[in-house]
Amino acid sequence: MTAPKTLYDKIWEAHVAHKSEDGTCLLYIDRHLVHEVTSPQAFEGLRMAGRKVRAPEKTIAVPDHNVPTTLDRAKGIDNEESRIQVEALDKNAKDFGVHYYPVSDVRQGIVHIVGPEQGWTLPGMTVVCGDSHTATHGAFGSLAHGIGTSEVEHVLATQTLIQKKSKNMKVEITGKLRPGVTAKDITLCVIGETGTAGGTGYVIEYCGEAIRDLSMEGRMTVCNMAIEGGARAGLIAPDETTYQYCNGRAHAPKGAKWDTAVAYWKTLFTDEGANFDKVVTIKGEDIAPVVTWGTSPEDVLPITAAVPSPNDFDGGKVDAVKRSLEYMGLQTGTQLSDIMIDTVFIGSCTNGRIEDLRAAAAILKGKKIKDGMRAMVVPGSGLVRAQAEEEGLADIFKEAGFEWRLAGCSMCLAMNPDQLAPGERCAATSNRNFEGRQGRGGRTHLMSPGMAAAAAITGKLTDVRELM
Amino acid sequence: MDKFTELSGIAAPMPLINIDTDMIIPKVFLKTIKRSGLGVNLFDEMRYDNDGNEIPDFVLNKPQYRNSEIIVAGDNFGCGSSREHAPWAIKDFGIRCVISTSFADIFFNNCFKNGILPIVLPKEQVDLLMQDAEKGSNARIQIDLAIQTVTSSDGVVMKFEVDNFKKHCLLNGLDDISLSLEKSDSIETYETKVADIHPWV
Repeated sequence: MTAPKTLYDKIWEAHVAHKSEDGTCLLYIDRHLVHEVTSPQAFEGLRMAGRKVRAPEKTIAVPDHNVPTTLDRAKGIDNEESRIQVEALDKNAKDFGVHYYPVSDVRQGIVHIVGPEQGWTLPGMTVVCGDSHTATHGAFGSLAHGIGTSEVEHVLATQTLIQKKSKNMKVEITGKLRPGVTAKDITLCVIGETGTAGGTGYVIEYCGEAIRDLSMEGRMTVCNMAIEGGARAGLIAPDETTYQYCNGRAHAPKGAKWDTAVAYWKTLFTDEGANFDKVVTIKGEDIAPVVTWGTSPEDVLPITAAVPSPNDFDGGKVDAVKRSLEYMGLQTGTQLSDIMIDTVFIGSCTNGRIEDLRAAAAILKGKKIKDGMRAMVVPGSGLVRAQAEEEGLADIFKEAGFEWRLAGCSMCLAMNPDQLAPGERCAATSNRNFEGRQGRGGRTHLMSPGMAAAAAITGKLTDVRELM
Repeated sequence: MDKFTELSGIAAPMPLINIDTDMIIPKVFLKTIKRSGLGVNLFDEMRYDNDGNEIPDFVLNKPQYRNSEIIVAGDNFGCGSSREHAPWAIKDFGIRCVISTSFADIFFNNCFKNGILPIVLPKEQVDLLMQDAEKGSNARIQIDLAIQTVTSSDGVVMKFEVDNFKKHCLLNGLDDISLSLEKSDSIETYETKVADIHPWV
């Protein structure tokens, strides 16, 4: 009898194409997602060496980081460097024959939303992309993580990555969530608990009743931020929710192949008694709607709390918190719910899916955003946008005073014109509150879509439960 | 890739924890389609004010640290994005080695692909090297990858761990794509097997 295995062990073993004596492996990559920012140097490297893309049929490209999200984007990209990057991807996708969703395609969107939506991401696969939020795809029980541009070139050329196995970490969220608490609160709460380096060297498997109860959209939100906790990847074992989501998608298997696939996917779970090197358990009922107050995703507190003092921390964190509070323009002791907001951003690969827009629209329905508030919704893909229009969500946003944008990464990282001005304070559904992340000097508070919608209405950080 | 064998250089102290990739190279500089020329924008928002003038207090703007080849950093250096522009900028500035108690995973891997050696040491040793770095150009830290040692300016020798394969590639300046392509047969065998049992992949 073989030793019990974790889900990660199983996926890892199924993808080792070569193992050297020192344990270094060539891990086979089933899906390689590509965007315009981290790929041009990799394609250029292939050209210089006279190499081809080994598996263009497993390589999917879409521009997302630089693309304008204003309704007039068909006129082209004003910023010359951004335009050159997107044009480079157009050309590279064509020259190397990979699957491509150009800006003009309704299926275009954020790479981590397009992959699952089109059925490219499936359980048990290895998925990589030159983007740290590739962790998103772990929601399907696929081993998915970000890579650098040199590794992008390596995968393009060999369809493998040079890897050593990570350790196993289990994050269990037990029981039920309370009303107003979402997948975003779970994932932020976990990072608050473990710290941004708590997952370094590990692949996390999220499990427990509260995780099982999540939709695929919610699971993607949880796994998306595994990287913010330092983990190589986050995983959730596939189940009926997963199969239902995948079934019928453009690139999901059909007919007999579907049945074979599901039979295999049903073997993808952690065996009873399998070893985890680290275990974190959080009670679902203990999780509150949370926001970040600082400049690291670990700076998380329930919305009912107050801005902490540097003296509440130890070691290097004391100076880091001093710096954060100064950057964020916050005073120790201020109630988080008294912090005034200038801007609201709803979107990103963390929270730009249909369920996120539904959650925000449910809070906004029949209401208006505060006078002077700048608020935008940037759907994660053209198809999310179309569905939201069909469901009437777009009208709710527009009537509330939100800008209704086209799909892209937008203000999550502000590579396109959607940026914060110095000192501008934003309630954001994205994933990083780093200094300058949304624009130089911009101040970011991370939260769930419902919380962001609530902040848009009141003009300050707000407990969404008061508006439900 | 450039080889990394030995280095004796000035180290810049950056004790702040969680120095993220957005600090190392802000996104406005990710629009390049080249790997070179990013050194001038390394730590851009910490290094220059809104008008583009140098901020004199920032470590790499101080005369004694302008030629730093090493950074001694606080915990969890390089957290955040997968952007290889971060090590490209570090290398382009002239830094060849970063020493910390911990690094973010993707950044750590990216360093090795670019001839930069990231060294993980226990906190007490990083603290000691941080003190060394504070001495400015009077203190040179020495690194010898072959025997895996860091030597402080006072002659304290510290051993560090490094993955054998990564060490081999750094010492010899090897392109790992060529090495992996030598194993094409194994990759092909794998592909054939999977096409049979998992035809949907």
